[in-house]
Amino acid sequence: MSLKSHEDGPIDEVAAGTTVYVYEAPVRLWHWVNALSIVVLAITGYLIASPLPTVPGEANDHFLMGYIRFAHFAAAYIFAIGFLVRIYWAVVGNHHARQLFYLPVTDKVWWEGLFREIRWYMFIEKTPHKYIGHNPLGHFFMFFAITVGGIFMLVTGFALYGEGAQAGTWSHTLFSSWVIPLYGQSQDVHTWHHMVAWGIVVFMILHVYTAIREDIMSRQTMVSAIISGHRTFRE
Amino acid sequence: MSTETFYEVMRRQGISRRSFLKFCSLTAASLGLAPTMAPRIAEAMENKPRTPVIWLHGLECTCCSESFIRSAHPLAKDVVLSMLSLDYDDTLMAAAGHQAEAIIDQIRKKYKGNFILAVEGNPPLNEDGMFCIHGGRPFIEVLKETAADAKAIISWGSCASWGCVQAAKPNPTRATPVHKVIFDKPIIKVPGCPPIAEVMTAVITYMLTFDRIPELDRQGRPKMFYGQRIHDKCYRRPHFDAGQFVENWDDEAARKGYCLYKMGCKGPTTYNACSTVRWNGGVSFPIQSGHGCIGCSEDGFWDKGGFYDRVTDIKQFGVESNADKIGATVAGVAGAAVAAHAAVSALSKARSGESDQSKGGK
Repeated sequence: MSLKSHEDGPIDEVAAGTTVYVYEAPVRLWHWVNALSIVVLAITGYLIASPLPTVPGEANDHFLMGYIRFAHFAAAYIFAIGFLVRIYWAVVGNHHARQLFYLPVTDKVWWEGLFREIRWYMFIEKTPHKYIGHNPLGHFFMFFAITVGGIFMLVTGFALYGEGAQAGTWSHTLFSSWVIPLYGQSQDVHTWHHMVAWGIVVFMILHVYTAIREDIMSRQTMVSAIISGHRTFRE
Repeated sequence: MSTETFYEVMRRQGISRRSFLKFCSLTAASLGLAPTMAPRIAEAMENKPRTPVIWLHGLECTCCSESFIRSAHPLAKDVVLSMLSLDYDDTLMAAAGHQAEAIIDQIRKKYKGNFILAVEGNPPLNEDGMFCIHGGRPFIEVLKETAADAKAIISWGSCASWGCVQAAKPNPTRATPVHKVIFDKPIIKVPGCPPIAEVMTAVITYMLTFDRIPELDRQGRPKMFYGQRIHDKCYRRPHFDAGQFVENWDDEAARKGYCLYKMGCKGPTTYNACSTVRWNGGVSFPIQSGHGCIGCSEDGFWDKGGFYDRVTDIKQFGVESNADKIGATVAGVAGAAVAAHAAVSALSKARSGESDQSKGGK
């Protein structure tokens, strides 16, 4: 079958209706758990920095900020544990499961594909390339937003969490004790935690858009592929 | 200059030997030591000379000294007159001129490697240090010379610890904190603008009493006073957790004493003992008097945006920008770009579809 022309390159010829199993169940489950946790983290994170209007009454009748922070921390733990499980699956899963964790920077075909993909998005290329896994541009963005960005958010996030948990806790020992001094103070860690969070929000906007767009324009399944795991090439 | 021991000082102050021995037993008991340790404490206090302290002033405003002399527990007078041997402090000492400066040389020679150097303020390095002159010489020279013979250095206040206002951008005199010019001595940072009086006297008496430096965190601050944030021990914390905030300086919430988080309180990012030790003999502290913490004991606090903003300003993106404003703008632009791109995509697809059809037609 001509489907495996190159590890990270485009596939050359494919018969319409060909279906390939790409995303295994743990990858799909992780994708949606991760997506949900990022949505919760983004919203609650914003509300922690810019809280909702003051609630009236006695302080002991309310725990609004406490619940918002709890949701943020709980979602962060889910994100973190999901990330670790995902790394495990990258080791034991199929080769598509590994794509998220490396960039084939020494691969000329990959770079050519990346620039071709940029031209495709600038409407210069008339025909799309088909890929079994991520196309090089998507691969590039995913690596920086989810892998690099995710690790950055976990490290700075647990450093900020450890400040509240205080000295002696695992989050303080593993993260706060070196991340806070690295930036000089906590205020800058907050600022960078926000900046990268917005970077991930922008990635999500682009990710959802491009997934739907390629589903239509590239004649291959994108949205259903991350639900069923099968990618069908329609023509 | 004869070297007095603690015992001699206590006797001079009218304390009987009986009371002195009682004091030693009590000290041993309160430290959790065996009764046999009491005579050893007595012996140490009878024989160990008091550690002299040289207190130098660099580029500073003397707010640290002002705070120090207001210490209530212990009283500053007891610290200065009986607990430590403050042999040189140009703002507190009677001597002046050449006589005063001669004391530094004396201490350095007599107690080489055995005195504590307390530094208030910091040395400016631009123009060979000419922005701060001490006894006719650049302060940086005096500091380096004195530090060379000291046992340990205490960096009083945010100036000596981080740089403070004179090191704020653009820092024209290149004011530099002590740990960036002295590398070979243990440095204890006691930041704050000023530090809490009781924290200052406690740090110095700890060092003199136990003859060792207190346990420090990774940034060189004593853990016992800088291990927790203002936020962790703030008496307004229940209002934070409940979601009750002051929204304006003159609103009902301000009168009720709600959380000042939305008014830019830096309590959640500031490590200090204000919410536990408090100020002026435990009377109050900024948040208790209705104003948010400005984070004065944190590194670079002058350069971290307004005192009344929760999210730090990022100057590179304009005076009124912060991470959230920039992020929301970028996300908005991305959303608009996606919409425009989708429209163009739909158009080009429709067009290629037409041409496909016309091809098919032929």
